[in-house]
Amino acid sequence: MLKRVTDWLEDRTGFDSVREFLKHKTVPIHSATVWYYFGGITLFLFVIQVLTGMLLLLYYRPTPGEAFESVQFIVTQVQFGWLVRSIHSWSANLMVLSALIHMFSVFFLKAYRQPRELTWLSGMVLLFLALMFGFSGYLLPWNTLAFFATKVGTDMAGVIPGVGHFVLRFLRGGEEVTGATLTRFFGFHVAVLPGLTTVLLLFHLALVQKWGMSSHQPPGTTVPTMPFFPNFVLRELVGWYGALAVLGSLAALFPWELGTKADPFAAAPRGIHPEWYFLAVFYTLKLIPSKILVFDGEVVGILVFGLGALGWMLMPFWDRRSGGEERHRLLTGLGVFVIAYLVVFSALGYWR
Amino acid sequence: MKSRWWILVAALAVPLAAQTAKNTCVECHAALDGALAKPAQLFDRDIHKKNGFSCVDCHGGDPSTEDPTKSMNRARGFVGKISRRDAPARCGRCHSDANLMHRFEPQQRVDQLAQYRTSVHGKRLAAGDTRVANCVDCHSVHDIRAVRDAESPVHPLRLPETCARCHADAEHMKGYKIPTDQFEKYRKSVHWDALAKRGDLSAPSCATCHGNHGAAPPGVASVARVCGSCHVVFENLFAKSPHRKPFDSMGLAGCVVCHSNHEIAPPTVAMVGTAPCAVCLNCHGEGDKGYQAAARMRSRIDELEGSLKRADSILRQAESSGMEVSQPLLDLGAGNENLVKAKVDLHSFDPAMVDTAVSKGLEIGQAAQRAGEKAMVERDYRRKGLALSLVTIAVTMAGLWLAVREIDRRRNHT
Repeated sequence: MLKRVTDWLEDRTGFDSVREFLKHKTVPIHSATVWYYFGGITLFLFVIQVLTGMLLLLYYRPTPGEAFESVQFIVTQVQFGWLVRSIHSWSANLMVLSALIHMFSVFFLKAYRQPRELTWLSGMVLLFLALMFGFSGYLLPWNTLAFFATKVGTDMAGVIPGVGHFVLRFLRGGEEVTGATLTRFFGFHVAVLPGLTTVLLLFHLALVQKWGMSSHQPPGTTVPTMPFFPNFVLRELVGWYGALAVLGSLAALFPWELGTKADPFAAAPRGIHPEWYFLAVFYTLKLIPSKILVFDGEVVGILVFGLGALGWMLMPFWDRRSGGEERHRLLTGLGVFVIAYLVVFSALGYWR
Repeated sequence: MKSRWWILVAALAVPLAAQTAKNTCVECHAALDGALAKPAQLFDRDIHKKNGFSCVDCHGGDPSTEDPTKSMNRARGFVGKISRRDAPARCGRCHSDANLMHRFEPQQRVDQLAQYRTSVHGKRLAAGDTRVANCVDCHSVHDIRAVRDAESPVHPLRLPETCARCHADAEHMKGYKIPTDQFEKYRKSVHWDALAKRGDLSAPSCATCHGNHGAAPPGVASVARVCGSCHVVFENLFAKSPHRKPFDSMGLAGCVVCHSNHEIAPPTVAMVGTAPCAVCLNCHGEGDKGYQAAARMRSRIDELEGSLKRADSILRQAESSGMEVSQPLLDLGAGNENLVKAKVDLHSFDPAMVDTAVSKGLEIGQAAQRAGEKAMVERDYRRKGLALSLVTIAVTMAGLWLAVREIDRRRNHT
């Protein structure tokens, strides 16, 4: 009977080919294999985001008059609402952290090189989308910190030469951060960004399957491997459980704060700063003088950051070597410098 | 049209003439030494000069001539140095003239001289005592500034020191039979803290209670009214309290009996009750009705204070553990309002009235306490849940790792 059902399914889906593919898929074993797990952990945290996000949607109301109260209701009245909200917020942050670790590990392993240029590019766009998820989601509880951080963040977008004012109005739904901004950000957060991310994520995963994982070994070297299933998958599962333990501990011991309801007429609170992953840029822009020669300092800063991010994204086209085996001291030094800059400036931005 | 031109020319010419008019008083006195030069040096800063007045407006004489026999000719109206006895009337010539004063300060009162004559200072001056204060002793002379000018000796922040120049001077006050420690005591008071430390210009200083130009000590019967000009609710409660009649009949000065006059310490609940530091014991003895009322009011307020403190403590503990308790904390604010109300109601000296506010506050405090306890139970529940989850996860991870090792071992064998 069971065989008849599986045969029927096989006739209509052709899943056998997938099973065959998985049976023969292998993962290289070397000293840096551990870094492979962070891609999977990022995926795991994204799935948690989607699931907890769906639960929050059952109660959340995206209007200035109700947003804060609905989140307050979720964390105080709804059974395990506090846990769902706290996990959603913490997993968002852990997902960005995990994605950054994944990106830098790919960078240092030179796994972006030919033929994996599109895997790198799609990953970079996914990271950008994750940051946009964070930026749009930050406003949704409509609390004081979120309100003013969004104001500062969208102000920064407003100084982009040429299109700045259009971008600012597009993001805010007007000249100021208002209920229109909240509705808009809610739309981005639950519809536009998830749609784009899902498509791009499938593309990214498909490319990973097509090209496999970079072996990080010179050509001609016999690289030891392990079967993707079950050896690698079970190891990955251990990583996911580890991430779940960290996430659960953070959510239970440090529930995400709700703060006070946003008051658009109040003065901005002291020490206001954005989410940690924007801190380095935020602090650098604060340090830049208001005028550099005849140019506006903030505009120059944003242009430099924009060009820097573009250059980083197009890395596979600067570094035209193929495979991960060939060293490139200059690029490795650049990666170390970027990490040191992000860590130091984020810390300074937080504490000063 | 022609006549309008003349008006314009006249309007421009008058101030110009005033600016360029010769003032030989200043010219000569500036060239003199010592005390005679001082008025000319100081007058530049004087508000009267800024408003277009000059020496002759007070001292008379003719400033257009350099000949002292003419410029300081008494036949030409020269007054010379104004005596202390004549100073108030001299100032009053302008300051009692509403038409004149309102050209410069539309809001300024013009009854200063009339008030001064009713004051202890004014009465003693009229009786021939020229050592008492007159206008210039407080407002200064030749460098008089507007009261709102922070450098004026009668600016709210400087007024107590100005009064103290005489009233804290034992030598000067000898013979008047009044204490000289008022300023020293005032500097220990809650009013001084508000005025000098917090810079609250509306805080009471000497003139607030004693009056300024009509300065006189408030009588025993009017002390509560003086305090009540700011502390309205307290005055009303005291007026209806059982203390009012006996205080009046014994000649006791209302608020001052418990709070003192110049050295008014920040009031605390410790002033009430039957402990040795309570002011109630100054009049009441063990067993009398007032003693029992004091004990009851104090214990009820302590009960409410303790309840609110405990609730606040547990809510803060829950908040620092990440629990969402903003609503109970907000509610607790209403409890604190009832505590304030109970302390205010103390001035009715009616335990039943205090009870009403305390009972309302206790209800709120107990509700907040329950919310705090519930939050702490929830916190512990979360932590236990986390511990259980972590153990489950750890066991699963260990099991998975053993499975991985077993699979690897089998693969290596094959």
